[in-house]
Amino acid sequence: MARKCLLDCEVVENLPLSNTCFQLQLRPVSGALPAILPGQFVEIRVDHTPSVVLRRPISVFDVDFSSQQLSLLIQKVGDGTVALSQLKAGEVVNLLLPLGNGFTIPSESGKRLLLVGGGVGIAPLLYLGRVLRDGGHEVNFLLGFRSTREMIDLKPYEAIGEVFVTTEDGSAGERGFVTNHSVLDQKADFIYTCGPTPMMKAVAAYAKKASVACEVSLENKMACGLGACLCCVTDTVDGHKCVCSEGPVFNINQLKWQI
Amino acid sequence: MADLTTHIGALQLKNPVMTASGTFGYGTEFADLVDLSQIGGIVVKGTTLHHREGNPYPRMAETASGMLNAVGLQNKGVDYFVEHIYPTICDYDTQMIVNVSGSSVEDYAATAEKIAALDKINAIEVNISCPNVKQGGMGFGTSPKMAEQVINAVRRAYHKALIVKLSPNVTDITEIARAVEAAGADSVSLINTLLGMAIDVRTRKPVLSTVTGGLSGPCIKPVALRCVWQVAKAVKVPVIGMGGIASATDAIEFLLAGASAIQIGMANFIDPTVSVKVKQGIDDYLDQNGFQSIQQIIGKLEV
Repeated sequence: MARKCLLDCEVVENLPLSNTCFQLQLRPVSGALPAILPGQFVEIRVDHTPSVVLRRPISVFDVDFSSQQLSLLIQKVGDGTVALSQLKAGEVVNLLLPLGNGFTIPSESGKRLLLVGGGVGIAPLLYLGRVLRDGGHEVNFLLGFRSTREMIDLKPYEAIGEVFVTTEDGSAGERGFVTNHSVLDQKADFIYTCGPTPMMKAVAAYAKKASVACEVSLENKMACGLGACLCCVTDTVDGHKCVCSEGPVFNINQLKWQI
Repeated sequence: MADLTTHIGALQLKNPVMTASGTFGYGTEFADLVDLSQIGGIVVKGTTLHHREGNPYPRMAETASGMLNAVGLQNKGVDYFVEHIYPTICDYDTQMIVNVSGSSVEDYAATAEKIAALDKINAIEVNISCPNVKQGGMGFGTSPKMAEQVINAVRRAYHKALIVKLSPNVTDITEIARAVEAAGADSVSLINTLLGMAIDVRTRKPVLSTVTGGLSGPCIKPVALRCVWQVAKAVKVPVIGMGGIASATDAIEFLLAGASAIQIGMANFIDPTVSVKVKQGIDDYLDQNGFQSIQQIIGKLEV
């Protein structure tokens, strides 16, 4: 696994993508991006005292090593992410990366894979989808949103695989939750999911019932990002584990979820 | 370049900058990012006689210029430390100090005894000030009599440098400091976190699973500095200062107030390399002000 590093990055572009989400396009000021696996994340320094002192953990939305660009898809949820949404092109931010463990990439090609995302939780699935497709797999995205207002343009996903959408209000795709979608009638070989905890639990319950292997990406509140402070733990069959260093990706069989 | 060497009892530190227990893991977690040999000492995560799962999630809340934690001494126990962790950290080119906690006097002493057998560990820091455990922890650090009992027992079991980490959650911190000094402590380190809480108004529930937790970060620095200044005047043993230190300037304030060394805690989460920057900044300050040794500024506050 790549060594962790601190990297100053310049904002190439800060694009609003929906009412609540924006895409931060970053490039190292000097040096190069380390190797990054799908599902790994960065901690971005915000420095917006007094309300924001800790770094913010953000999953990698996309990365292009040829142009040395890293994309983060961020939802405005509090002072830290709002401060990040106001960054302008040319400003420099400090990243700690790459953090955590990535998703499992099947060793045999030709698998039928379902990537289930909810809200801003769709972020890590784009880069994952590309790596899986390039590995010779059939990639299907099932992406859920509250309504079209919080949806982003899904063309990058459509370029990788088939995209199925649900919205709670029926304003796009099938009405309802991801777990109501008809694509689930076709059994996948592996499910990857990231999104709100109730959604991930519902997907995990489906996967367990259908006997499909399933990995989830958790986003507990964290401080150090390095497995030192033990703040971000989740309960597993082997006791408390740090989401930052032992996750954020967990197989559902490791978690003590009541599903 | 000035002489940064400082002493904590029989323990010699190459510079006064240490990392605080619970904020730097076992050093290993930061090894990709920091040259550990630049740090004076690393105080490893709190270790107890038996394995502890710690408190349920959520264990952390960010607050104005600081954070609350309620980790609750999660660790795999001293035997695991001795067998699996010590061999991986014992050759780091810095002083590795083990933080020891317990829920009874006997637990503290038994844990200290096991650490005493480790050749390359030259000091322990006895934590009588953790606010996040139901039994023991801070209970031992808020009563001079209890503190004395624990340190008496540990002193009998441990003959290398013995540091005692004090709680600020007391009426008079100097009273506890004097009690542990009388019981044989070689040094006191302070302050541990301040007891605090945070509420989520959307859910109308506490943010932390334990309701209350320990406050750290820049917001506690003035309180910590006051405690260090009071304790440094009250005891003869060296004082290790901590609480909100995030820069060399912060560290120098603690040295002037009477600290022989300092520890950095929460700031490690914001800038993992902060300890090395603080060490360099202290060195620069000494050079710029014509001091040849760190000893020339310790306790030199002019009141």
